Amino acid sequence: MQENIFRINETEYILPGNRSCQGCGLSLAYRFILKALRENTIVAIPPSCLCVLHGLYPVCSVIVPAINITFAGNAASASGIVAALKALNRPDITVLALTGDGGTYDMGIQSLSGAAERNTDFIFACYDNEAYMNTGTQRSGATPMGALTTTTPILTKQEKKKDLIKIMEAHDIPYLATVSPAYPADLYDKFVKAKRIKGTRYIHIDTPCPPGWGYPAKDTVRIGKLAVETGVFPLFEIEDGKFRFTGRSETLAKKGKRQPVVSYVERQSRFKKMSIEQLNRFQHHVDSRWDEFVRRAES
Amino acid sequence: MSDVRIITGNEAASLAVKLVKPHVIAAYPITPQTSLSEKLSTYVESGELRAEYVRVEGEHSALTVCISASTVGARVFTATSANGLLYMHEQIHWAAGSRLPIVMCCVNRGVGAPWSIFNDQQDSFSQRDAGWIQMYCRNNQEIIDTIIQAYRIAESVYIPVMVCYDGFVLSHTMMPVEIPEESTVREYLPPYKPHTEISPEHPRTVNPVFFPWRRENAEGVLCDGYMEMRYKLQAALLDSAPVIERASDEFARLFGRDHGGMIWEYLTEDADILLTGMGSIAAETTVAVDALRKEGIKAGAVGIRVFRPFPISEVRNAFARAKMIVVFEKCVSYGFTGGMSTDLKSALYGSEVKAPVHNYISGIGGRDVKARELSEAVASSIEMMERGDRDNKTFWLNCHTG
Ligand SMILES: Cc1ncc(C[n+]2csc(CCOP(=O)(O)OP(=O)(O)O)c2C)c(N)n1
Ligand code: SF4
Repeated sequence: MQENIFRINETEYILPGNRSCQGCGLSLAYRFILKALRENTIVAIPPSCLCVLHGLYPVCSVIVPAINITFAGNAASASGIVAALKALNRPDITVLALTGDGGTYDMGIQSLSGAAERNTDFIFACYDNEAYMNTGTQRSGATPMGALTTTTPILTKQEKKKDLIKIMEAHDIPYLATVSPAYPADLYDKFVKAKRIKGTRYIHIDTPCPPGWGYPAKDTVRIGKLAVETGVFPLFEIEDGKFRFTGRSETLAKKGKRQPVVSYVERQSRFKKMSIEQLNRFQHHVDSRWDEFVRRAES
Repeated sequence: MSDVRIITGNEAASLAVKLVKPHVIAAYPITPQTSLSEKLSTYVESGELRAEYVRVEGEHSALTVCISASTVGARVFTATSANGLLYMHEQIHWAAGSRLPIVMCCVNRGVGAPWSIFNDQQDSFSQRDAGWIQMYCRNNQEIIDTIIQAYRIAESVYIPVMVCYDGFVLSHTMMPVEIPEESTVREYLPPYKPHTEISPEHPRTVNPVFFPWRRENAEGVLCDGYMEMRYKLQAALLDSAPVIERASDEFARLFGRDHGGMIWEYLTEDADILLTGMGSIAAETTVAVDALRKEGIKAGAVGIRVFRPFPISEVRNAFARAKMIVVFEKCVSYGFTGGMSTDLKSALYGSEVKAPVHNYISGIGGRDVKARELSEAVASSIEMMERGDRDNKTFWLNCHTG
C-alpha cells in the first residue's frame, strides 16, 4: 500500500534548530521516520550524530521519548524497552532503535544479532553514512573501498563494505527494507508498513552526509538520488523472504537505464583518491549485486 | 508457620527474586551464577513467576536490557559473576549514572586471566568506584533477605544495588534457610512505583550529552552540568547509609531476622583484637574468634556488610577500643594492599583509632580458608605487635611461592 505524498502526517516531531549539520541526510530521514511512526514510539539512541541531533542537556529538539544508551547496547536497549512494555501491558507502542553504521556494523552487531535471533518486536533502523561521523569521519565496516576517512587518510579504505543487509536477511526476520531520504514517500511507506508488522524489522537507510562525504550541503538529495540511479543503493524490501524492488529502483529494473557509478563517485571528495582499478571493482560489484537482485525480483 | 528449606545460595537468591516479582529479568550464564539464572527461567516458564525473561547474548546486553526496562518503569533483576561482571563494566557505570534502582547479584568469582571458576571477591571489588551500593552476604539466609532489602533500598535512594555472595562457598552449598512469607514481603516491599518513567505521555530524552557547566533550559531555568550530576550521585550514595540502616531495622521488625545494617558485630564489647572481613570469610572470622577466646585472647569480629557506601562512622565506632585490627579479604588493589583494608585504613585515618591494621589476603581463586588458619594468623599478628612491631602490614595467607 502506498501513501499519497500529500497525505503524509503533517505533525513535526523534530523541531527546527536541532544540532545536525546543514544538509544532513539523517535529519531528513528521521523527520519522515517519526512522521510515519507517530508519537506512540520510544527511540533507543547510541552515541552518534543522532545523539547530538536530539539535543544537549537541558535542550531537546525531538518530541518523542528516547533513551540514550551506550554504543554497543542499542538493540539490547530496545529489547529491554520491549520487555518492559510487555510486562507493563503497553502493547501499542512502537520501539525503534535508530543507529549509525558504526553502531550497527561494528560495535552493535552482537546485540543486534541477538535481538534479531530472538525476533524481538522492534524496528532496527541503521542510518548508514558510511563512517563514524560523530567522532570525525573515521572508517567503519560500512565505509566503501576507495573512500578517504580520517583513519584511512592517505591510502583510502582498502576493504569492501560489509554486506550487512545479507547478514540481517540470514536472520530470517519478517521484514527488511532499504530506504533513502532522497525518496521520502518510499521511506515513509516502508516505515508505516514496518510499524504494522510484528517481530524484528530491519530498515537500512542510505544517509548522505555533506561533511563526511565531501559535497556541498545543498546536494544531499541529489547525491541520494544518484546512489539509487547508479544502483549503488537499490531500494527494495524483503517481506517473509520475498524480494521486491520499490520506487525508482523498480522502474530502473524494468527499463534498465542505470547510470555508471562514476557519476556518483565524482561528486564526492571522499573518493578523490579512488584508483581506476578500485572504481572498476566498485562498478563490477554494483553490477553483479544488481543482477542478483533482478533475478530475485523476477523469480 | 515458617517454611524452612535446605537450599543452595543460588536457590535462595532465586526464591528472593520470585518473592520480589520483577517485571523484567535478563541474564547470561557464567559459573557460579548459572544455576540462579536457570532457576529463574524455570519459574518464568512454569508460570510461577510472571516476568519477561530476556535470554540475551551476553552480559553487556543483560545489563542494558535492565537499564532500558528500568527507564521505562519496570522493576528488574540480573545476576552475573567475574568476567561477566567485567564485561558489563560500561553498563555498570551507565546504570548508576542513570540513577536506576536495578538489583544485581554478583556471585563472587576470581577474575581471569588465568581462568579460575572458584571464589574470591576481585570481581565486585573491581567495580567499587562505579557508584553502586555493594552489600556482602555471610550465608544463604542473608542472601534471600538481603535481596529483598536491596530492592527497598534501591527504590528509596535511586541507586543500583549489587548483592554479592561468595561463589560455591555459598552459591552451591546447602544450608537451612527460612523462606519469607509472601504477604510480609508485600508489606515490606510494595509493588514498584517508578520515579523514572518515559512513555509517549512523558516524552523526554534521557541521558543526553551534558556540558561541564550549568545551562538554562527553554524556560530559563538553570539546570545541572555534568559535574553537578556526579556530585548528586556521590551525595546520594553517602546519604544512603541511614536508609540502609532503616531498611534493615524494618526488616528485622517484620521478619524477625537482623543481619546488621552497615556492619555487624560479634563479641566486640570487651574485645582488644578485632577481626574483620566481607562475605563468607567474615562468617569464618566468628569461628576464629571463638577459638581465640578459648585461648584467652579477647577477640571479636566486625563484619563489613555494606562496602559502598563505606561505613565510615560505623567502623570508627566499632574499632574505637581496638588494640589491633586484622582484616581478612579476598581481593587486592594490585600495586597497593588488600582492597578492603585500604579503604578501612583510610576511613580510620584522623580518628581516635590508632590500632595497627594487619591485612591477610586469603582465599584467592578458591584457596581454602579455614577458621584455624585465621586464628593462627591473628596469633602471629599479636606476637608481632607484642614484639613492638606496630606497623600496618599485608600478608598473603596460605600462599606458597618460591
Ligand atoms: C565504547 C565506545 N567507544 C567509542 C565511542 C566513541 N564514539 C562515539 S560516536 C562514535 C561513532 C558513531 O558512528 P556511527 O554509529 O556510524 O554514527 P554516526 O556518528 O555516523 O552518526 C564513536 C566511535 C563510544 N561512544 N563508546
Ligand atoms: S556529520 Fe553527517 S550525519 Fe552527522 S550531523 Fe553532520 S551531516 Fe549529519
